[in-house]
Amino acid sequence: MKSFAYLKPETTVAAADLLSEHDDAKILAGGMTLLPTMKQGLAAPAAIIDLSAVAALREIAFEEGALVVGAMARHYDVAVSVLVQTHIPGLALLAGQIGDPQVRHRGTIGGSVANNDPAADYPAAILALDATVVTTRRTVAADAFFVDMFETALEPGEIVTAFRIPVPDMAAYAKFRSPASRYALVGVFVARTAGKVRVAVTGAASSVFRALDVEAALQERFDPDALNRVSMDPSGLNSDIHSDRDYRANLVMVMARRAVAAALRNAGQGATKGQ
Amino acid sequence: MEINLTLNTRPISVSVDPATLLVELLREQLSLTGTHVGCDTSQCGACLVHFNGESVKSCTMLAVSADGGSVMTVEGLSVAGRASLHPMQQAFHENHGLQCGFCTPGMLMSAVDLVGRDPDPTETKVRDWLEGNLCRCTGYHNIVKSVIAGAAAMRDAK
Amino acid sequence: MNMSKVVGIGASPKRKEDLRFVTGRGNYVADMRRPGMLYGAFLRSPHAHARLGAIDATAARAMPGVAAIYTGEDLKADNVGGLPVGWGIHGKDGNPMKEPPHPPIAHGKVRHVGDAVAFVVAESVEQARSAVEAIEVQYEVLPAVVGVVEALQAGAPAVHDEIPDNLCCDWELGDAAAVEAAFTDAAHIASIELVNNRLIGNPMEPRAAIGEYDFATGQHTLWTTSQFPHVVRFLMGEFVLHIPQHKLRVVAPDVGGGFGVKQFHYAEEAVVTWAAAKLGLPVKWVCERSEGFISDAHGRDHFTEADLALDESGKFLGLRVRTLANMGGYLSTFGPNIPTNLYAPLLSGVYRMPAIHCSVKVVFTNTVPVDAYRGAGRPEATFVLERLVDVAAIEMGIDKRAIRRLNMIPTEAYPYQTPVIVEYDSGDPMGCLDRAEKLADVEGFEQRRLESARRGKYRGLGLSTYVEACGLAPSRLAGSLGARGGLYESATVRVHPTGAVTVLIGTHNHGQGHETTFAQIVSDRLGVPFEDIDIVCGDTAKVQFGMGTYGSRSLVVGGAALSKAADKVILKGRKIAAHQLEADLGDIIFDAGEFSVAGTDRKKKFTEIAGAAYVPFDYPLETLEPGLEEQSFYDPVNFTYPGGAHFAEVEIDPDTGTVTLERYTAVDDVGTIINPMIVEGQLQGGIAQGVGQALFEHGVYDESSGQLLSGSFMDYCMPRADNFPSIIVAPHSTTCTHTPMGVKGCGECGTIGSPAAVINAVVDALQPLGITHVDMPATPNRIWNIIRNSRAALAAE
Repeated sequence: MKSFAYLKPETTVAAADLLSEHDDAKILAGGMTLLPTMKQGLAAPAAIIDLSAVAALREIAFEEGALVVGAMARHYDVAVSVLVQTHIPGLALLAGQIGDPQVRHRGTIGGSVANNDPAADYPAAILALDATVVTTRRTVAADAFFVDMFETALEPGEIVTAFRIPVPDMAAYAKFRSPASRYALVGVFVARTAGKVRVAVTGAASSVFRALDVEAALQERFDPDALNRVSMDPSGLNSDIHSDRDYRANLVMVMARRAVAAALRNAGQGATKGQ
Repeated sequence: MEINLTLNTRPISVSVDPATLLVELLREQLSLTGTHVGCDTSQCGACLVHFNGESVKSCTMLAVSADGGSVMTVEGLSVAGRASLHPMQQAFHENHGLQCGFCTPGMLMSAVDLVGRDPDPTETKVRDWLEGNLCRCTGYHNIVKSVIAGAAAMRDAK
Repeated sequence: MNMSKVVGIGASPKRKEDLRFVTGRGNYVADMRRPGMLYGAFLRSPHAHARLGAIDATAARAMPGVAAIYTGEDLKADNVGGLPVGWGIHGKDGNPMKEPPHPPIAHGKVRHVGDAVAFVVAESVEQARSAVEAIEVQYEVLPAVVGVVEALQAGAPAVHDEIPDNLCCDWELGDAAAVEAAFTDAAHIASIELVNNRLIGNPMEPRAAIGEYDFATGQHTLWTTSQFPHVVRFLMGEFVLHIPQHKLRVVAPDVGGGFGVKQFHYAEEAVVTWAAAKLGLPVKWVCERSEGFISDAHGRDHFTEADLALDESGKFLGLRVRTLANMGGYLSTFGPNIPTNLYAPLLSGVYRMPAIHCSVKVVFTNTVPVDAYRGAGRPEATFVLERLVDVAAIEMGIDKRAIRRLNMIPTEAYPYQTPVIVEYDSGDPMGCLDRAEKLADVEGFEQRRLESARRGKYRGLGLSTYVEACGLAPSRLAGSLGARGGLYESATVRVHPTGAVTVLIGTHNHGQGHETTFAQIVSDRLGVPFEDIDIVCGDTAKVQFGMGTYGSRSLVVGGAALSKAADKVILKGRKIAAHQLEADLGDIIFDAGEFSVAGTDRKKKFTEIAGAAYVPFDYPLETLEPGLEEQSFYDPVNFTYPGGAHFAEVEIDPDTGTVTLERYTAVDDVGTIINPMIVEGQLQGGIAQGVGQALFEHGVYDESSGQLLSGSFMDYCMPRADNFPSIIVAPHSTTCTHTPMGVKGCGECGTIGSPAAVINAVVDALQPLGITHVDMPATPNRIWNIIRNSRAALAAE
């Protein structure tokens, strides 16, 4: 790895200042994507701003009908959080399925969402739950946040600090893991919040997206069988050595049905244990 | 830059370049070669160590990130130079949980972390937990057996 | 536990080697550091096929810490030779195979992605890698060909300019006329077309090498991750670097798994040894995993068409096999031997097969060289035969177990001469199948199938029998088939004055537990406490000679040498005892660690005799040299033929195409078992690798660019713990008639039996859809496509 200046601010304000002071700086959250990228030589920032000392960013709270999850909350923290398990069990379960245990001990929700890897799990939850992304400068609605592969609405110098996630009536995530990498080949997050259904798909295309036909069918009837006559258009989906387009389109529908069934189950059981 | 950490229960102070990975600090600078490197995509788990009591991949963590924390490597599981092994090490020995030995340090660190969280894991739980540890020799059969036996021994040791 | 006791054959003492590994004190090459050591990194070709133009290293040479940069031209100018091939086969026309040069660093052309183009030596790894990036190479990119079928087509790019048709060898075995006659008489002909998928072995320890040169003594040393250091010394010293054998030491310390991947002489070994001598400082190279994907030899990669002729009762009449085997861009050490001599002779399986003909076209492509990977040729043969048997059973409406029983060689028919060279000395395939059937609860399968069906899943049961030829190899036979060296093994038993023993053996231990198993043999034979025996291997400066570890040969050939050397120790001990006890040699018997005069209570302990050998006061010095150290070289009289029956049971989720391995049962005939615990571990691990081939692993090249698409663990699917159920393994042994202890070997059994068992189970599950074959790996996408297409076809009918 090429050398860099290592900066470890203790407040969000200090972090934002450092980011604007350094031209070629990168934010280090959990490092689960950034460090492998740097090891491969695909990124060589002049400065690294490590957020791990900003204690405030790790908090998880429940405020005014919404969960507020700090950007530096690790996947493990979210998976075992009683607050998350109580209010959005499907989100705790998602966090407990990301990567492997060691990834969950380092990786963070903020890092995952800000990176917007097309195969990451969290973006599907953020989009389906209609969460608000809180940054050092503003708040951004989930629909406006995810732009394209590894591309978000974040501007230079802007840092994600938290996610405000309205508590849904019910929600769940179903993922089909790539056999090799164990990333989502397809992941579908289904949520019904205040009676409104949103369905977000990750892994299948260049970026997370909402499956509008699926949403419409579920809005009529929130039941796996409501999707029997809905299909996914394979054009525009990813094709690679693990999955052709048709297969991915099929997986979107299978995972959507499974997510709906799980959401109904989660709602029936109340809190479910995470990791 | 200078960092301070607790390494295998002993406080140390060491100077590192910020671009040094934790595994490089351990292997190259501190000659703790029990922590291995088996891939370059953070998949194989041969480099697992404990950071603040939790298993992490030392190939995907900066050494400077360990500043102020505690790191435990396989060398720290049992006391150097003594015959007495950690119950999990003993369980791997008793149950033929290793062949070539290359993945073993990572497996041990992963297993000890698991048992710290779940003192009596089921076979399914063990297999799921070991998602981040690759082994090419054993077919995992005796590793799983070892972890379950090691968990029992760790319960008994309490 | 009191360890100071004899631990004999058939016991399962815990492994001697474990302590250093569980405490992190193993000594792998990557762990080693030599004084003044420099670090090397290779520039590797990003193109599958290109002519090399100018290589400009001016900027790279000026970078900090860079000590030297070498290209293929530098090696050539210094008279460095090409990497030799250890096996030369001949085509059906009698001509030798085409054997193009294989320079350690390419010159003229690069022939696969990963082909070495330059080597940088610097003060740190980081500096070396930075300098690699700064080298500018002009490539004239040429069209590439990666598939065997495409490589043989007219107009295909020629991998080697002097071999325009890419054909290394057109090889055959068997009686074509007899097979034609069998097919003329057949009531039924079953046919199959299949791919044996390319695999990448990926031992968990990546390869590494350190070269060192001592100008004062002229001694070169190479530390390397090798399964056979003596062979590396011979091949590299004699053919590549022209270093006299006594001036070259090769050490393979703890090695983190091999599986064949580390049983070749690799370019990097020669380059670091050569560079260390040039620079006068040690040079270390450690392979990164992604680099290993494009520089470790790969395995398998066949395309095969095969036909089986049967009479109306289902009896086999003849087998015809046509295979195209991928060699990659160059011939690796054993490359051409694998899809020929280790493949076709196994096509009779455990069956009476009156006539067999196999033709193999060995083909160059723009891919990484292909060579032995655990099983090597034998899994490919088993897969062809056992798939074909299932296809025949399905087509003829015969039960899959019944058709096998009908054709199996009964145990009383051994020794059994097949029509393809090999003669099986012993075996009981029927007994293996009977036992496996019970352990797999085949009777309860239908119940389990119905239960799966109720949940909307397909469930299948698959069976594969197998036989393998291992214990490589009888030198004379191997020589007649093209081997360019002997294949014996050697062992020295060094008895110390105290009676403790050090064994120096030419095999290499990299996970197989030799330090334990071999100590058991010595403990059993000499009555020496298990604790008092150490096994030394892997260092040409310590061990006399050896062919190393591969082909399930260590116990079979190395263990036999060890047993013979122990016999010599006993004989010499008896001579000393005869002198001391004043008896005739013929009256001295050795048992349980004591030499005694038959029919009397006069005796001497082994330790007393050992002491006398080194303090020869009461000793027959006139007729016997002092000391107690004996050596044996053992050349086997035949291959050994382990075999068995494996059942796999899978469940398939039709919605996603996911195949889940639900049960796996293996019954194997490995001959005499020295350490049951270690044998079970070898079988379990081998099975997991075979299941990996069947369900997960695939080395995939892009057909137009020749790029390796499965070039990391992100894309090459390594089996993980949650991919497996508990694996049931059980022995059903017959005794090998020609090895000293009756052993047959067990290292490759699992990998040979399992791919066909798993795929037969997948096909069985999908039989309601009319499926008779599924290619490996049976990935979710592939299975989902098959189910969708078959359902559509059935609906259209």
